[in-house]
Amino acid sequence: MISSGDTAWMLVATALVMLMTPGLALFYGGMVRSKNVLGTMMHSFMCLGLVSVLWVLFGYSMAFGPDLGGVIGTLDWAGLSGVGMDPGPYSDKIPHLVFCAFQLMFAIITPALITGAFAERMKFSAFVLFTILWTTLVYFPVCHWVWGGGWLGKMGALDFAGGTVIHINSGVAALAAAIIMGRRRGYRQEPFYPNNITLTMLGAGLLWFGWFGFNAGSAVAANGVAGLAFFTTHVATASAALSWIIFEYIIRKKPTSLGFASGAVAGLVAITPGAGFVTPLPAMIIGFVAGMLCYFAILAKERLGYDDSLDVVGVHGVGGLWGALATGLFASVGGTGLFYGNPHQFLVQLIGALAAIVFSLVMTSVILFAIKKIVGLRVEEEDEVQGLDQSVHGETGYYLT
Amino acid sequence: MKKIEAIIKPFRLDDVKNELQSIGISGMTITEVKGHGRQKGHKEIYRGAEYNVDLIPKIKLELVIPDSMTDSVVQSIVKAARTGKIGDGKIFIMPVDDIVRIRTGETGDVAI
Repeated sequence: MISSGDTAWMLVATALVMLMTPGLALFYGGMVRSKNVLGTMMHSFMCLGLVSVLWVLFGYSMAFGPDLGGVIGTLDWAGLSGVGMDPGPYSDKIPHLVFCAFQLMFAIITPALITGAFAERMKFSAFVLFTILWTTLVYFPVCHWVWGGGWLGKMGALDFAGGTVIHINSGVAALAAAIIMGRRRGYRQEPFYPNNITLTMLGAGLLWFGWFGFNAGSAVAANGVAGLAFFTTHVATASAALSWIIFEYIIRKKPTSLGFASGAVAGLVAITPGAGFVTPLPAMIIGFVAGMLCYFAILAKERLGYDDSLDVVGVHGVGGLWGALATGLFASVGGTGLFYGNPHQFLVQLIGALAAIVFSLVMTSVILFAIKKIVGLRVEEEDEVQGLDQSVHGETGYYLT
Repeated sequence: MKKIEAIIKPFRLDDVKNELQSIGISGMTITEVKGHGRQKGHKEIYRGAEYNVDLIPKIKLELVIPDSMTDSVVQSIVKAARTGKIGDGKIFIMPVDDIVRIRTGETGDVAI
């Protein structure tokens, strides 16, 4: 029996999650040099195009279709066959197509998150191939493991809105990508000034806003759990943003706006797996620790020397891992964590995180090496110097005289 | 004839212009430039990266004047542009061989 309240909320939540990808385009677009602002924003927008098509053809079926051995969905629902206006197996209160649309928006933003790692140097053809292959071979399977009736979900791993599926997965893929792609030309030899931090602030605001759909929508109902997830999302984000600039102020003596925006995103990432399982005070602790951990992770990157252009590893990888483990510590609603007497949950969270890390690392590396053989990964040096906006897209982001 | 090229702090420009007008100088060319002498720049922080921005925005003011006005023009600029803090700028004085007013073809002092 379809509930009009649940359906109305899920339609809105779906639209909110959709808005996160343009928000991410702004968040990332503002951080690159002015010659790459359009190329970087295009990476996010292209995911809206590419993944939507994959989703209808076979993606939804691979991720959520009838389970095959706990690892992948069958192709029974390819072309969305049988997925229509009646409720499906995931909720009897909303049309199956609404659930399918909601999950599509998650599939879109995940590869878009990775693009921050290879910003300012990737060939467009290589990027398109990567997005298609990675979404098909990494995202759809891992999504199935946790939410589509696969082995991680059956084992009892708690992932409310995608900490493992989306953030650990994309963060680890970003690490592989940053290492295999190599550094940007001039990295650490010349300053890379962000072209427009105001865009990044606006993007962070849109991400924060859209994330209410992401997390509260993951209740797949307009109910108390959705309200809880909404609230924990907000306070975890607030405390993570504060924590980032506090540690930034202690170490560098300046509380930066980019730091506040980055901390907010770190908090959003970290609360994602636990949003509907923890209460507000633990959510603030999760957020505060996330802001600190992610800030130190981006400082560590400077020492490690790999060029993860927009800190996908430090924010999504580290924040996602912390969030997955923290859910195993603080869960007290609809699940029980270590601090509430269930150490087993922490172990399950750890196994889930490790499985995603290993799978994503191996698969992403294989995909990137294959693409390197087929079309090559990087633009020509001359094109990189000129900037992707002109050399790849034939446009200029800013004409200011 | 002399060409005066002065590098000054941008926020002193209006005072310098007023001062020059008061001694009868009306023509000048202004450019926004970046550079530094002894003045240190500032530090910018973007996540883990720290950059020293040492090229500071300045205004370059160029004007050509008759020899007789050199001292008064230089004094006016010094008076109006000085804050007493490091980074106030410099004035360069150069000889000019000739001037041609394109509209009329006049040359020399009358073309100024």
